[in-house]
Amino acid sequence: MPQSRPAPTTALPLLNRRRLHTLAAAGGLGLGLGAWGPALAQFRVEVAGVGLQQIPFALAPFRVSAGLPQDVPAIVIANLERSGMLRSLPGGEAVLDETSRPDLAPWRARAADALITGSVTRLADGRFDVRFRLWDVVRAQDLGGLSFPVPASDLRLAAHRLSDYVFERLTSDPGVFATRIAYVSRHDERHNLWVADADGHNAQTALASAEPIISPAWSPNGQQLAYVSFEARRPVIYTHEVATGRRRLLAGFRGSNSAPAWSPDGRRLLATLTFGGSSQIFALDAAGGGQPQRVTQSAGIDTEPAFTPDGRQVYFVSDRGGSPQIYRMSPSGADVVRITFEGNYNISPALSPDGRWLAYVSRINGAFRVCVMELANGRITPLTDTSADESPSFAPNSRLILYATRVQGRETLMTTTVDGRIKTRLASLPGGIREPDWGPFQR
Amino acid sequence: MKSIQGTPSQSCCPSKHPLWRGLATASLLCAALLLAACGSNVNLAEDVPVQDRTAVPVQQIGIAPAPAAPAAAGAQAVDQRAVTPVQAGTTAIGQPPAHLARLVFFDFDEYTIRPEFMPLLEGHARFLSTERQRRVALEGHTDERGGREYNLALGQKRAEAVRRSLALLGVADAQMEAVSFGEEKPANAGSDEAAHSQNRRVELVYR
Repeated sequence: MPQSRPAPTTALPLLNRRRLHTLAAAGGLGLGLGAWGPALAQFRVEVAGVGLQQIPFALAPFRVSAGLPQDVPAIVIANLERSGMLRSLPGGEAVLDETSRPDLAPWRARAADALITGSVTRLADGRFDVRFRLWDVVRAQDLGGLSFPVPASDLRLAAHRLSDYVFERLTSDPGVFATRIAYVSRHDERHNLWVADADGHNAQTALASAEPIISPAWSPNGQQLAYVSFEARRPVIYTHEVATGRRRLLAGFRGSNSAPAWSPDGRRLLATLTFGGSSQIFALDAAGGGQPQRVTQSAGIDTEPAFTPDGRQVYFVSDRGGSPQIYRMSPSGADVVRITFEGNYNISPALSPDGRWLAYVSRINGAFRVCVMELANGRITPLTDTSADESPSFAPNSRLILYATRVQGRETLMTTTVDGRIKTRLASLPGGIREPDWGPFQR
Repeated sequence: MKSIQGTPSQSCCPSKHPLWRGLATASLLCAALLLAACGSNVNLAEDVPVQDRTAVPVQQIGIAPAPAAPAAAGAQAVDQRAVTPVQAGTTAIGQPPAHLARLVFFDFDEYTIRPEFMPLLEGHARFLSTERQRRVALEGHTDERGGREYNLALGQKRAEAVRRSLALLGVADAQMEAVSFGEEKPANAGSDEAAHSQNRRVELVYR
């Protein structure tokens, strides 16, 4: 069984940095701050399990125009490796492109299952054409390819879509490389809600505030974020259209308003409101207006609602039994069933989009750890060795969980495969990052 | 290693009859146009010569199609992946009564008010009863241990406990609001028990 080889320590570009700086000085490319920032800006593989079944692939040197602002092949390799399900082999020296018909025997001899070839060409109108072809080395089959003519600002996105295509053909799972994540950073009294690519690049501020922001939640269509803001000196819920910055105060009722959760059809949100005198879960119309409809009925704290992907049930946290545990109910509050029984502190439920898994945070011997429960049989597996985990959130292909934790005293974001074997880490900004939420597939 | 430039080889597809080729190209055109309508990408099928770019229309990804005619003023296609930043405002607070302490502290996992804080609350109740236009926010807090949303709810319980005590002391409901900051605004950023005990509190903040 081949051992998984060590992950690359950095996605070093193939092209000439000095030439890049010259181009940037000419002002023609509009590079974002993060584009050639330190490798800190992206998720890096931290821990890889041994004896894993990883699909070996090779990416042969692409035929590329001079002076490209992004290293598309390197982004693709980093994406595929970061998934934990593939590992890259050396791509050799010879430049191949999407029209090449390579002799696959040498690749077979190197134990590659798949070969990616391609090109990135500058077009006459200033855009770039990213093209590739995927080869099944074992069966000597052409698995097709795509062409992406894009402006420079979308080169990373083209690399992500390329990665999605390869990932899907080789693993039968959809790739999440073109998806986005949201998270919150805090540095002294500056709080920011960020939207970034799933690899951590391209982070942009959606909201800057002098007061805390918590519980961001992507709408099912990936265009809005609901979140709790303390800018009014008490927690209120906004729904916020990310592309335009237009936002609406969804819940500013008396007391505290928090824990927004979208229904799968995007038409309603559940949230924890306290205007009735205690923290209870209510239903709100996403379009705003209307009266909140009370859903839970307990004398204790009910909070952190989370819809199942089919919209038929809602998981939530309640301390009605004496300590915070996870329960399940219908969206109207009927048929309440307790779900967690291990330990006396289980919170932050998150459902996988394929309906198979429940991720949550459990306090085990004083350590707060992300655990996953297989819903078909109730089997529970702790996934981490850290002790301050928060906010688990599934990737839209249900293969990865994004969460916040502390590493060496610093707040940071990590991902783990659902079996806990492969973890990646996003190095934290000064002050720390927390409260992640993984966005949906976007067409 | 053999390296091949140019047109993909015709070796592996059996139907290379010219009619088939024409049909294939035409059906690809239709499929591509369909795909173009859906905004997705073009497949590089084997028998389409790569150099013949006119045969297969290509679509941008990630950007809404530009309007065909010069757009009317204000008509903008919104990039779905754009992020427009918003700066949140801030909220000023009012002047507290100068002579009154404003902090009520709690034991771990507790929301009951310790007897030593009753004189403080009585002082605020007297103030609010004579100054009927003043409003006070009861801001509940927790230490950092545990989840943020659950701690928000615990802080709310502490704020509610203070509200109930003030109500029993005769303060009108309209003059008070119980809110929570959970663990988000610690008084002491440390992680030891001394810091934790300073953070488990309700602050009386006059608006």
